[in-house]
Amino acid sequence: MSAGALGAPALAAGPTAPPRRWTIRPRLSLRRLATRAAALGLGLLAWHLATRLKLDFGPVTFRNVPTPAEVARAAWALAQSPKLGAHVGASLARVLTGFLAALAAGIAIGLAIGRSRLAGDLLLPPLEVLRPIPAVAWIPLAILMFPSSEASMVFITFTGALFPILLNTVHGAEAASPRLVASARSLGAGRAAILREVVIPAALPSIVTGAAIGMGTAWFCLVTAEMISGQYGIGYFTWESYTLQNYDAIVVGMLLIGLLGMGSSLAVRGLGRLAMPWTPGGRP
Amino acid sequence: MSAAPIPSAGRIEIAEAAIRLGTGAAAFEVVREIDLAIPPRQFVCLLGPSGCGKSTLLGALAGHLGLARGRIALDGQPVAGPDPERGIVFQQHTLLPWRRVIDNVAFGPKMRGIAKPERLALAREFLALVGLADSAELYPPELSGGMQQRVEIARVLINRPRILLMDEPFGALDAQTRLMMQELLLDIWTRLPTTVVFVTHDIDEALFLGDRVLVMSARPGRILEDIPLAFPRPRGRDLVTDPDFVALKRRCLDLLRPRDGKPPLPRLTPLGLPLPGAA
Repeated sequence: MSAGALGAPALAAGPTAPPRRWTIRPRLSLRRLATRAAALGLGLLAWHLATRLKLDFGPVTFRNVPTPAEVARAAWALAQSPKLGAHVGASLARVLTGFLAALAAGIAIGLAIGRSRLAGDLLLPPLEVLRPIPAVAWIPLAILMFPSSEASMVFITFTGALFPILLNTVHGAEAASPRLVASARSLGAGRAAILREVVIPAALPSIVTGAAIGMGTAWFCLVTAEMISGQYGIGYFTWESYTLQNYDAIVVGMLLIGLLGMGSSLAVRGLGRLAMPWTPGGRP
Repeated sequence: MSAAPIPSAGRIEIAEAAIRLGTGAAAFEVVREIDLAIPPRQFVCLLGPSGCGKSTLLGALAGHLGLARGRIALDGQPVAGPDPERGIVFQQHTLLPWRRVIDNVAFGPKMRGIAKPERLALAREFLALVGLADSAELYPPELSGGMQQRVEIARVLINRPRILLMDEPFGALDAQTRLMMQELLLDIWTRLPTTVVFVTHDIDEALFLGDRVLVMSARPGRILEDIPLAFPRPRGRDLVTDPDFVALKRRCLDLLRPRDGKPPLPRLTPLGLPLPGAA
């Protein structure tokens, strides 16, 4: 947003001009949809050929990689086994716990840093030291710090999700327009009301973006943590399949992780849009 | 309007006021030696070249900027910080984009703790006052610039301010909408009389609206001339061709003509220096 007449966006002609409606992103044409479907099909075909022909390029070999059909069979078998629910349930519970804790901490700390210079000076330096450490590098220490392996896995997920949420919240809170804040103050808003009515809604699009990214990293970190210290969970399932030489199931585990990660990021974005009915994507 | 009693007073007194902006070596005096008394319910227009400090003075009246020297008082009370009794309408883009039009107008009553049904009913009344009863459920970005400024006016007036401060409120509108908004403002002001301080660099606008025009010098801004306007009200568009109006316009043009040939200064805002990155 800009001040001053020169930077003003083109405004509708007058007070009687019809209200401007948000435009919806145009649908993809049928031809482009077909192209995209064909690209997926080609990828599947390449996979099939490489594994069927047991291609061996020296440094990389497809001799032990399962074919799409074998993977499909293994997926079908897993779908019918009671273990699927236990694995998915365990992973979902860990991701959700870690993610929700990261959401609460990230938004609270992020708003404090974004709105108060003192909070920024106190909190940013230690966070900047911790930020470049990948969540996976926390695993040994987490195992030492948390007697329960369940808690250590949730902590790893939390660490992974925290920073994207935190940094996006800081960015969003800093971006709240000083003019919106000033006009709200002139209308009688105090500090708490400014936060509730101006700063948080202004930061919400950034927070939702951070949460969607954080959800992705939460899954990434969880799967790694599960491979090392899990008993149930998709990451554990994938690694267990490898140690049991159950190679078809490895790819099933990988695909499941991808699907769950994508699905939960989409769910975060969907919930975000519901919470922001004023944004272009927020209305039906 | 039954729900909007006439404000009790609205006398502004400014004595030897000076305002500084910027920090350290870059600090400079924007306005100096401002001495001014505005009686209740007078419509005063502040006219001056870009960057002369008229918006800065408005910001100090609103309580967003502090004084380096002197004092500003409303009905004898020194101005300290923003207050709904001193309503301010900015040039553009200060409606909350995440609130529907009706909720934007009901913002002040909400801050006063008025229950939802009452404050929405009050907001509907004020939306009707500015002719936007049908747009209550829309979000601000769905409105044209002129409609947004009407909402701004309703949102400020619902607090029944003792003074109404306006910072080039129609400056971002096209010429035709601007004329319409000027007439609408006069009409509202007749029904809800308050003291108005209206900042503009448009001479026609100042002469058409005001009871009095204060012409300010280039920075550091001082009041060059205090011109009373005796044109009868209600005023119509044909006023602008009245010989007295034209004579006053010529006088204002003379006063505003740059003497040293320097390029115009960047616009200041009621919040101080222009925001970094703002056009």
